[in-house]
Order: sequence, then structure tokens, then C-alpha cells
Amino acid sequence: MSNQNTTQWETVIGLEIHTQLKTKSKLFAGTNTAYGGEPNTQVSLLEAAMPGTLPVFNEKVLRYAIRFGLAVGAKVIAKESTFDRKNYFYPDSPKAYQITQLNHPIVEHGELVIQDDKGNDKTIRINRAHIEEDAGKSIHDKYTQYSAIDLNRCGTPLIEIVSEPDLSSAKEAVRYMRGIHTIVTHLGICDGNLQEGSFRCDANVSIRPVGQKELGTRTELKNINSFRFVEKAINIEIKRQIKLLESGGTVTQETRLYDADKNETRPMRSKEEANDYRYFPDPDLLPVVIDQAYIDNEKQFIPEFPAQKIIRYTQDLKLKPDDATTIAHDKELSEYFDAAVKQLGKAKPKVAANMILGEFSALLNANDAKVEDNNISPEQFAELLEALAAGTISHKIAKVVMEKIWGTDSTAAQIIDKEGLAQVSDTGELETIVKEIIKNNPSQFEAYKGGDMKMFNYFVGQVMKQTRGRANPAQVKTLLEEL
Amino acid sequence: MEFKGIKQIAEALRAKDLSVQELHDFYQAKIEKHADNLNCLINKTSELAQKQIQQAQDLIDTGSGNPLTGIPLVHKDLFCTKDIKTTCGSRMLENFVAPYDATVVDNLNQAGMVTLAKANMDEFAMGSSNENSYFGAVKNPWDLTRVPGGSSGGSATCVAAGLVPVATGSDTGGSIRQPAALCGITGIKPTYGRNSRYGMVAFASSLDQAGVFAKSAEDCALVLSQMCSFDAKDSTSAQVDKEDFNQNLNQSIKGVKIGVIPEWMGTLPENIRRQTQQSIDTLKNMGAQLVEIKLPTAHLAVSAYYVIAPAECSSNLSRFDGIRYGRQCDNPKDLNDLYVRSRTEGFGEEVKRRIMVGTWALSAGFYDAYYRKAQKIRRLISEDFASAFAQVDVIAAPVSPEVAFEFNAKKDPVSMYQADIYTIPSSLAGLPCMSIPIGLVDKLPVGLQLIGNNLQEAKILNVAHQFQQETDFHHLVAEGFAHE
Repeated sequence: MSNQNTTQWETVIGLEIHTQLKTKSKLFAGTNTAYGGEPNTQVSLLEAAMPGTLPVFNEKVLRYAIRFGLAVGAKVIAKESTFDRKNYFYPDSPKAYQITQLNHPIVEHGELVIQDDKGNDKTIRINRAHIEEDAGKSIHDKYTQYSAIDLNRCGTPLIEIVSEPDLSSAKEAVRYMRGIHTIVTHLGICDGNLQEGSFRCDANVSIRPVGQKELGTRTELKNINSFRFVEKAINIEIKRQIKLLESGGTVTQETRLYDADKNETRPMRSKEEANDYRYFPDPDLLPVVIDQAYIDNEKQFIPEFPAQKIIRYTQDLKLKPDDATTIAHDKELSEYFDAAVKQLGKAKPKVAANMILGEFSALLNANDAKVEDNNISPEQFAELLEALAAGTISHKIAKVVMEKIWGTDSTAAQIIDKEGLAQVSDTGELETIVKEIIKNNPSQFEAYKGGDMKMFNYFVGQVMKQTRGRANPAQVKTLLEEL
Repeated sequence: MEFKGIKQIAEALRAKDLSVQELHDFYQAKIEKHADNLNCLINKTSELAQKQIQQAQDLIDTGSGNPLTGIPLVHKDLFCTKDIKTTCGSRMLENFVAPYDATVVDNLNQAGMVTLAKANMDEFAMGSSNENSYFGAVKNPWDLTRVPGGSSGGSATCVAAGLVPVATGSDTGGSIRQPAALCGITGIKPTYGRNSRYGMVAFASSLDQAGVFAKSAEDCALVLSQMCSFDAKDSTSAQVDKEDFNQNLNQSIKGVKIGVIPEWMGTLPENIRRQTQQSIDTLKNMGAQLVEIKLPTAHLAVSAYYVIAPAECSSNLSRFDGIRYGRQCDNPKDLNDLYVRSRTEGFGEEVKRRIMVGTWALSAGFYDAYYRKAQKIRRLISEDFASAFAQVDVIAAPVSPEVAFEFNAKKDPVSMYQADIYTIPSSLAGLPCMSIPIGLVDKLPVGLQLIGNNLQEAKILNVAHQFQQETDFHHLVAEGFAHE
């Protein structure tokens, strides 16, 4: 018995990620998919399961799914995929079946490279990504006597992305989930909003003694909609399973719910634990048949992904690796950066990156704004960087100019001109100012002459004060040294 | 008044010998007289009819009508009709009002037809005798103690009794052809996909197909030409142009190769076999060339059908859960109780039986043994037909191994199912097929089935029409129902 407590456990995790596709209309009807409408205002006859209604496949969904397949290097993008019915009774699924793809999914055998916990590259295999429809929402806490149903979400297109059980820790699972999130948001096929449920995941978790080949019994953690909760839920579940096995118990294969408030997982209330979904091909829908040209045509919509961007930023644009990574992973920010860099002449991309991550981001935060709000266009931003590079303004003034450009159509030049912010580089003018300061501060000047280098900074400060920061620091330095 | 067919009525309307209102009143009087006794209607649609009469008359008066404008009809009560009850012959949908028109209904409305009523039917189109309706059994005009066949029994009876010149029906495994045969009228089920299924309440989606009943092949062709359309709302709708099925009716059938299946003929009771053979001989005498063919897998059709159809039905009928529409039980204790009691109260015995069979056939562990195998058989049957149609233009076959039987004669559901033996193979293959009257056996009508290749409705209609030029069986009317 004693060696039981010294067993080394290893964790095996597979994720099923439900990605809502950003189509305007639903998977099988023209109904609006926008989030947050009044309950049951975005429901067609089809979603209400009116007798006699039939599904008609939204082709946009097919194209989005193909793009995902291309992005994860899928070995199979099916030339013929089919829809199946998954039968179950629940009020938020009025047809009493979900249309999904069981036997012939559109995408199979892709992969995603993540970093393992030691920082090494690790390939996570993606078993499949299939198209299916989302269910409506059951609301159990609105009325005491009844449950409420909102069918707005019903029929919203999803791709369910199913990984192989290749993930070995909660942290890896999060990295994988973030990786998929990056892909679908950069593809523009999903808005990636976890809070609104656009991107949510089920985690299959099991443990086994290190060295054991066969997998342990897994539990499925349902509907986790934040990266943080995925990590917490998996870790708490691993702990639970280890405790259970080490105390001589067994893990039951079941669906569990993560309760973020209590930080625990518990079995979902369900009488029909062994649900038989009676899958069969949906006779209302024909197989989706496409050719290679159709698939190839989608390649033009595959953007440059963060990993590729990072290489370009560091190697071609000489960005610091950290800056490159931060910008590359933010789709909007990187698009902004790329647009601005395109306009640059003399100015360096590196300065653009500094400014975007520094002053520009601060400005966004202060105004509670987003990059894509375009309060400063990439063109305006580039002009500002050019003025800086030309020495017309200093870095400090650049920040001031940026604030003035915010929300206007003005160019940097216009602002500099209007506000008189151009750097004073005229030696004559600067010399007059310096001389006057020396005259007014004779004792400090004596000390400086006597070798007190602190006084050097004092004079630079005074000049800057006098010129409201517009003096060219290098010239001030030269003048002071000459005098 | 005596009407030979739609064409003659249309001519009378156009010539102003007859108004749409007068035409309507004539049939309305017959409905008043017979419908209750025959129990062939579920709901009358008088208000809609009045509106449509006016519209039709306007069309005719402005010269913009077509041969169907003003012609009265009834719809089988599984076609959704906007703001009018669509019951499917079920207690479940006793008070269900659809908020939209089925495409088929819409097409015929557009043509200017006048809807008089919704016809009785076997509940959710499940049955071969029309005894499975929540609204009671329909009587056969030829013998009121006998069934009209099913599931479109109400529609068939309406036409056979002369209550309307035209009725819509639906055929999943024979539900147009068999009642047409048992009631002595003409009925056609076109190729799967010819008619939109949008708005036709589903029984078995891969088999359901709308069709039409009338006295003659010519009338069927006229209606079918307006009824069929490609419909983007139905993904299984055939992407073919609208076709005028009347175009080839008058072609001679000399040299047309007609396939006969000796194996099937051999299984018929003697009196029906003799009648069927006579009609085939008539075709031969008209110049058709008879070719013996084989459909080696067809004997498995009934078994395969009674797996596939119930499987699909078990899923299709799951939406009737008592929540959004349809029957809801009183005071449900909880969700499960709501489901169980609403469905127990709402569905009849045969529907429940098929839901159970289908649920079982799709269950884990049984799927391969039943559903997958049934699909395999279905493919083989299609291949059988494909090889047959490499040799022949049209297949002539029996419709039913029996004439109309008495109510409650069949207590065993399997014996009822087995009677679908001749209609199911072409349903599984999705082929166009029809039944035409070929005379009486023991004073009861017998039909002949004509099966065409994919999308070849025009060919079977041509053979049927030519046969009806040569014979008078389609003019036979049951005693007491002839137009005066």
C-alpha cells in the first residue's frame, strides 16, 4: 500500500473547442445571429421547429470551416462532407435533434504547435473540426416556477474543434486554447468573445501513472468560457482524480461542471447519463460536395499568423522579440502597426513599435478606446513618426502632438505648426536663451565651470523649461559645452 | 352538369358558360351531401375559398388565367396552409395553425385554384387504410364498409366520390398509389425532389413526396405541371426547369418498351392478376413492346422501408414535445412528465409503434444491423431499377395485392405493411410512379402501377393517358356518386 502514495501521475487532456462563426445569418436559415437581442426575437420558423420547415445550408460556414482547416494544415478537407442528426430531447433544442457532422466532418487531421511546460515546441494534433448548430439557452433562474427559453442562439453556426489527447497539463491546455483562439480571430471567422460564449471549451481530463500506456478513465468538464477557468478547472479536476485514485477509489466516466465560485467540479445533474443520441445522416440535407479549386480559392483568405509575423517583425523590421510578440498576437494592433509601417520613410519601425506599445497604448487606455476605433489613423501616426525622425519634434513633444491629433483629422504637421511645437534647433535663438539663463544664474554657472556636472543637467533643464521642451537637447548640450 | 375533365371545365369558365362561383357551388353541394358520411374531410376552408373564387374569376375575366384557374381542390391535411388548421390527422396537431403556406400549396394558389377543404388522412401519413386518423376512418365510396386505402385516403375518396376534381396527396411508400388504386382513380407521385417538401409535415424525409389525385392522367399532368418547382427552401429539391407534363400525352406508345415483372405478377391473387394482365395486354395491343425484367433485390424492400421510414419518423416527430405548439398535457409535474404525457396523449397507436421501431433501429448497437443494412438494400434496389431502365422505358406493375378491404380486417400491423410490397421499391428508388384504374374485381377497383425512370414523369403520363384514351375505367364512378 505504501507505494500507492508515491505514484507519479501524468495528466492527459483533450479539448473540444466550440467556436461560433461570425456569419450574419444562421447555419440553416437567414435569421440574424447578432448577440444580445431581446430573447426570442431572432428566431425563424426553422429554429422554432415549425412542422414542415427545412434546413438550407449557409455556404459561408463551409468557407469559414475550410479556412480553419487550411490554417491548421489539415490533411483532410473533405471533398464530400455530410450532416448527421444527434437526437435528444431538450427545450432549448426545439427540433429535438442537433444537426452536426459525425461521420464525414469537413476538416480532419490538423495540428497546432504550442510550447510545453519546459518551453519546447510541442505539436498538438487536431483530430477534426466539424460544423454544427448551437442550441438555444435555457434560463433557470429567472422565474421560480418555470424555466425560460431563449432561442436567439439556436442554429448559430459553430465549428467544434476536437484535439487529440495530446495535452499534458492545464497550462498546455490554455496555451493550445489561446493558439486556436488566435487562429480563429486572425482568420476573422470568430469574434473570439469568450464572455458572450463565442469561444468555449469542453475539457476531457484523465490521469494515469507515469509509464502506463493505456489512458485512465476520463471526465468531461463542460462549457468553460475563460482561459483562466480552463486552467483552474483542469487543475482542480486533476487534484480530485489523484485524491480519488490514491484513496483506492475509481474515476467515473461522466460529465462535470466547473463551478468558478466554489472552485470545484461536480457531476452535471442528468438522469440519462448514458445518452444514446441515435445519430443518423440528416435526410433533409444533401452531402456537401466541393472540388480542390473551391478549397484553393479559400487560401487567399488565410492571413499571416502571429508566428510568421514575429519572424518578419524581428528579422525584417528589427523589432525587439518581446515587442514583436506582443504586437503580432493582437490582430488589430498588428494590422495597425503594419499599416503605419507601410507609410514610413525615414522613421524606423522599431520606433513605431515603441510608440504603439508605449504612448499610443496608454492613450487608448486613458480614453477607454480600441485600436480599430481609428481615433488616430495609421497615416496620421506615420506622419507623426516622420516628424520625430526628421527632428522637427522631440519624443516628448511627439506625445503631446499625438494627444492633439486624437479624434481629429489634423496631420502632425498641422498641429506642430498651429501650436508652435517645432523643436528649436536654430543655434542663434538657442544661444540667446542659454546666455540669458547663464546671466540669471551666475552662481550655478560658476559651479558648472568649476566642474560640477550636476549643474550641466540643471542648465539643460532650464533651457527646456524656457522653450517648453522644444529645444533640441543635443544642441543645448553642444552650446553649454562651448560656453 | 357533367365534367369530363379539367380542360373542359377550364374551357367552360373561359367561355363564360360557367362562373367560378357556380363551379364551386356545384362541388360544395356534393361536399355537403357526402363529405360527413364519407368522413373524408377534416376542415373546410370556406373563407379562403370565397377569396380565391373572386381572385380566380378576376384572372379569368382579364384573360390571364391558366387551365387550373378556378378549379376546386382539397389538400391533404399535412400541407401547411397559412392561418388554417393543419392537423396531420393527429390529436397532437388538432388545433395547430401553420403561419405559412407549403410551397406546393403556394404554387397551386398562384395558379388560381380554389381550396375547399383539408382532407382526412392516416395520422402523420402512417398507414395503408386511413383507419389511423384521430378524426376517424375514411370510407371508400365503392363500399362504405371498406377502407379507401391510405395514407392519403381522404384525398382519394374526395376525388372518387366526385367532391372535387383534384386533390393533393403525399406518398412515402405508396400513400398516393394505393388509395388511388383502391378508389379507382388516377394518382401520381413524381420523382423525389420534383415537388418541394417545404411546408409538408415530414414523416420520412428521404421518401416523402407530394403528388396529385384526379380522375385522369391528363388532369394529373395539368396539376403536376403547376405544382412542381425547384425550391431553394428545400435542399433536396431537384434543380430542374419547370416542365409541361402535358406536352407528350398524345404521343403514340407504339414501340414503347414496357417492363413487366413476372415474379411480381406471380405473387398476385388470381383475380387481381387476371385484371392486371388484361391491362398489360391492352398496352401491348396498343403497340407497346413488353419486356420481362427482374428486380432481384425488390423482395427486401418492405423490410428495408420499415426500418428507414420509422427511423426518420422517430427523429422528425421528436419536435412534437408539447412545448411550442401542439397538444400539451394538463399540469405537467416536470419536463419529463410534460414530454411523456403530451406525446402519449397526442399520438395514436401506429405513430407510437413506428416511433418505437425507429428509435430502436437507430440505437447504439443496432444501427449497423438495421439502419445501415436497410440503406444498403435501398442502394441495391436503385441499382436494380437502373439496370431495368437500361432495357425499358416504363415499368408496369401491380399496385396492391388486394382490393379495398373491410374496416378492422387487419389487426396485425405486419400484414398491413406487407401489402405495400409493390409500391415501396419505387419509393425507395425515388422514382416517379402512378396508379391508373384498370377495372373492377368483385365490384371493387383495381389499379395498375406505372413506374418511370428518374424525372421521366412525362413518359408514364403518356402511357397512362394513351391507355385512358383506349379504355373507360377512369370514368367508372361508384354508385350514388355520379355527377347528375
